[in-house]
Amino acid sequence: MLANQIGYYSLIIGLLFSFYLCGVSIKDFNNNNKNVNSNIITLSFLQLTFVIISFLSLILSFINSDFSNETVFNNSHTTKPLFYKISGTWGNHEGSLLLWLLVLTLFIFLFLIKSREQPKKYRILTLLFQQLIIIGFFLFVLMTSNPFNYLFPIPAEGLGLNPILQDPALAIHPPFLYLGYVGSSIIFSASLAAVVQNYISKEWGQHIKKWVLISWIFLTIGIMLGSIWAYYELGWGGFWFWDPVENVSLMPWLTLTALFHCILVLERRGALTSWVVILSITTFMLSMCGTFLVRSGILNSVHTFANDPARGIFILIFLFILIFLSLSIFFLFHKENNKGSISLFWLSKESSILINNWILMYFLSVVLIGTVYPIFLDVISAEKISVGPPFYQKLISPFLAPFLLFMAFGPKLKWIKSKIENKGSLIIFFIISVILTFFILKNITTDLLFYTILISAAFFLFFTTLKELFFQNFNNISQAIAHFGFSLFILSILFNSILSSEVTTNIKVGERHNYDKGEIFFEKIEEKKKSNFNSIIGYFKITNNEGKVIELNPEIRVYNQPTLITSEADIKTTLLQDNFLVMNIVKDNEYFNIRYQVKPFMLWIWISVLLLGLGGLISLLKKKYEK
Amino acid sequence: MYGKKVKLRFLFLALILFSVILSLFLILQALKNNVVYFQSPSEIKSLIKLDKKKIRVGGMVKEQSISINSDEINFVITDFKNEINVTFSGAVPNLFAEGKGVVAEGFLKDRNYFSATKILAKHDENYMPPEVKEALGVK
Repeated sequence: MLANQIGYYSLIIGLLFSFYLCGVSIKDFNNNNKNVNSNIITLSFLQLTFVIISFLSLILSFINSDFSNETVFNNSHTTKPLFYKISGTWGNHEGSLLLWLLVLTLFIFLFLIKSREQPKKYRILTLLFQQLIIIGFFLFVLMTSNPFNYLFPIPAEGLGLNPILQDPALAIHPPFLYLGYVGSSIIFSASLAAVVQNYISKEWGQHIKKWVLISWIFLTIGIMLGSIWAYYELGWGGFWFWDPVENVSLMPWLTLTALFHCILVLERRGALTSWVVILSITTFMLSMCGTFLVRSGILNSVHTFANDPARGIFILIFLFILIFLSLSIFFLFHKENNKGSISLFWLSKESSILINNWILMYFLSVVLIGTVYPIFLDVISAEKISVGPPFYQKLISPFLAPFLLFMAFGPKLKWIKSKIENKGSLIIFFIISVILTFFILKNITTDLLFYTILISAAFFLFFTTLKELFFQNFNNISQAIAHFGFSLFILSILFNSILSSEVTTNIKVGERHNYDKGEIFFEKIEEKKKSNFNSIIGYFKITNNEGKVIELNPEIRVYNQPTLITSEADIKTTLLQDNFLVMNIVKDNEYFNIRYQVKPFMLWIWISVLLLGLGGLISLLKKKYEK
Repeated sequence: MYGKKVKLRFLFLALILFSVILSLFLILQALKNNVVYFQSPSEIKSLIKLDKKKIRVGGMVKEQSISINSDEINFVITDFKNEINVTFSGAVPNLFAEGKGVVAEGFLKDRNYFSATKILAKHDENYMPPEVKEALGVK
């Protein structure tokens, strides 16, 4: 009860701080002091503190199961384990927006203390732009999604959290994703400020690079966590479904990746200034669009908590204001920087980065159109359509091969003007890759040409980066790890898609099912009672043709609050493959619906994404920029 | 005639324009072939010509209509005006149950039979996909 009030009033105080901060900053902007007024940093810290208090009091309400709070009532239950009571705080619309706000204020505070060597006016302008976003979100939370609404009479029991969200990976997925999404707000504010101050330069590139990397790392890991969750919890048995909600997180990732590489060019050559600004703006807009699409209920998924049109309209208006503002600033203030020599030689590091930027933008437009077109068509013609995985696969895969080749070549080239060095080893690697691929694929796929091109390109990147990792000096290690991770990623998903096999059948307890590669034996079921669900565990023995036996025990959980059935897949993970079994009950029938999948290299998909993140992390920590 | 810079910029713009057009062309082509339309049982009944393309059918699973054997699951999708029989062999989601909303993806055999390749129902118990809601005329 008390926590509720404290939380609410802290939010209002936080909002008031925003206005006060704006006033103080504008005053400070116009006087001639060299440094930013230290009050501003204190104020920003206080604002952050109040948002933290507000957030903590919401967590407290969740822990205490204080059902006088509407958000807690809607999303929690007394029998829920403590861990999920806490993670339930951001597992709902209101709480997750509070988290947005928390990250927004946290990042601007960190920015202020980490940018002391930057020009004063630039820092103040960044703060102002960021406060604009913060005010927008404060208003959004207070007006349309107040997490501290009061309920009377106080209900005795809550409605509970959607059981499929009660999962460790999903408990930390939103914070990571938000750190990535919201991290891009700092890039947005900073690049607008830099445009106004005509400060898009090599120095700015060096300074903003860290922020780009931070967002990029969190976004990468955040997407991966969501993907792992979908893999084992939703029982879809794959890692990416081109579902619109997945796509909206991929889009800012693509622009952020492009942005990072352009900033490398910027800090080195002082070129691509306009493109960097456009990418910065686009990244944050895509993050906002993602929030809008997911929260407004336009896309249906587990993320859609409530369909409240007011929320969608608010975000949409806010989004348009920000787009309008940023574009006008870009066109009014941006001057091409002609100090550096911008001439571009066709064979150089920057031109290969540009080419891959190009391809990334193509990927972005594919994903964007595939995601938005169905919504668009629904609005104008009321026709309902969906765009499935084949659309994306067909459009993306042909351009993946050149993309991979440039990833292998590019880092070998020098800035400005370059010759191809070590031609010999590159050619040898290329030939090895093609031959290796051909012999691996010869007997296992029908689509030989297509897969040979793709996989040999991936192998080529794999070998060149591997060589770099072992035999090169270490100044480029972050790049080598990240690119190596990406080649491993592509290899894993390609082999995964070629070699996966699947059996689905309906089976009774005690029955055996024979399929082309072995036999599935459904031994027995066992029932267990847990605090907030009852579980039915199935005991399966799967014998493959070589006589190897795998025991798998998938589970069906019947949750009491809210009443819902979920399936917990049982997955035996080994280095080479995952054995995945999920079962379902249909009606109160004695038949169980089971799906058994053998998925090669699943583990390597996750490992390769971690490598990508690790590459980013090393790049973040190292002092010198790339040679 | 023109400076090197102008020429370079011109070449650059031309390349951008060309690639934008090319990618739009590719994307629209692929869209045309890979879009899956959503239809309600009533819409299917009123079809003049049966298409061989993949479609989605949505509505409610009719009460007492699910029957299972070891190979397939049969059920009826209804929008309370018309219904269609569905046969499906594959994995069903948790929320697949009688009286609940469902979306099935697959191919029409005729106006009364639908052979599903995928069943979608990945939401909470009270959830009804917007398509289904509209097909049922619920506000």
